[in-house]
Amino acid sequence: MKKILLLTLMFTGMAFSNVYAQSPQSVVLTFYENLQREQAVDFKGFSSERGQNLFVSAFSDGKPDIPSCTTCHTPSPTGTGKTRAGKIIEPMALSINNARYTDTVKTEKWFRRNCKSVMGRECTPREKGDFLTFMMGQ
Amino acid sequence: MRFSFIAVSLGVLFGASAQADDDVYPVVSDPLTASACGECHMAFQPQMLPARSWKAIMQGLDNHFGEDATVDTMAVSKIESYLVANAGDVGWDNEILRGVSSSSTPLRISELPKWIDEHDEELPANVWSRADVGSKANCRACHRAADKGYYDDD
Ligand code: HEC
Ligand code: HEC
Ligand code: HEC
Repeated sequence: MKKILLLTLMFTGMAFSNVYAQSPQSVVLTFYENLQREQAVDFKGFSSERGQNLFVSAFSDGKPDIPSCTTCHTPSPTGTGKTRAGKIIEPMALSINNARYTDTVKTEKWFRRNCKSVMGRECTPREKGDFLTFMMGQ
Repeated sequence: MRFSFIAVSLGVLFGASAQADDDVYPVVSDPLTASACGECHMAFQPQMLPARSWKAIMQGLDNHFGEDATVDTMAVSKIESYLVANAGDVGWDNEILRGVSSSSTPLRISELPKWIDEHDEELPANVWSRADVGSKANCRACHRAADKGYYDDD
């Protein structure tokens, strides 16, 4: 009896940690964490507050028509956004859009484009990790 | 739904379009072009611009109408080949390119003389800033099946 219980617990435990380890979002986040660890020895984890700050801030070094992430994504992480050509952008908050942050290549492509358009430069791995940490908690 | 709202609110402007020749275009058949050029707006039909325009657009993706729309080098050349091979001045006499001088390289469909005739003269100027339209490049706001090549809405 005890043995069976133990086995069951072990299996559920394994199943859980597998699901967690394999969630596509955690793969994407780990990608940025590894990049950041390579750059900074004193990596202390990503910060949701810094991520939120990046999301709502207005920048002046990018394209004048697009000063902020919120220009297209709306000020609310759960808002449905719009491109400048009028196409719908599904919400960024993971809680209501679990198709988000599932593919490193896609996520990285949009960080590259959007950071350049808004901030006039690429985002650092830390900024990307902060942003994702914020959005994954929304 | 949205279309009928526009038709009604603009005074049923679409009624007369049925006889026009240039209201049906082939679907964008290259999957890479359809996806890479369909992210921020619908993928426009290559027949709507001359080959030199597509070349210029593909070489300027780092500042694409004020945005970074870059793709990797492989994709650039594949997409450019498709757009150029199917461009509006390659192998067919395309009404929408009428009036474009051979020395100009239009970067927008919405700046072609023929496009302006069809639109600016028939639509009130403030239509483009309306919340459900927002941009001249938002073809689907009015032509619901534009991505399927149909501009003969009525
Ligand atoms: C000019 C409009 C625009 C602006 C400004 C913008 N974005 Fe985006 N963003 C998009 C579009 C379009 C997509 C892709 C469509 C989609 O995924 O629904 C996207 C997708 C993304 C993705 C990919 C999400 C995923 O599913 O992997 C990330 C990350 C992102 N944006 C971050 C940002 C950040 C950070 C900023 C501010 C620095 C920003 N965006 C500003 C338009 C914009
Ligand atoms: C990152 C977003 C983004 C991507 C990706 C993108 N575009 Fe655009 N495109 C825009 C914006 C923004 C405009 C200008 C819209 C406006 O002025 O209202 C535009 C406009 C255009 C126009 C002119 C539309 C008109 O007014 O007639 C053409 C043509 C065009 N894009 C072609 C392409 C091609 C080809 C690709 C693929 C290689 C592509 N675009 C990918 C954002 C994008
Ligand atoms: C605000 C609404 C609106 C938008 C946005 C719009 N159009 Fe149109 N379009 C019209 C109207 C109205 C006509 C005139 C229809 C007619 O002649 O009966 C028209 C006519 C046309 C025609 C000629 C059709 C025919 O029957 O001869 C073409 C081609 C066309 N549009 C392409 C485009 C393209 C490409 C875009 C995006 C770059 C676009 N339109 C955006 C409203 C719009």
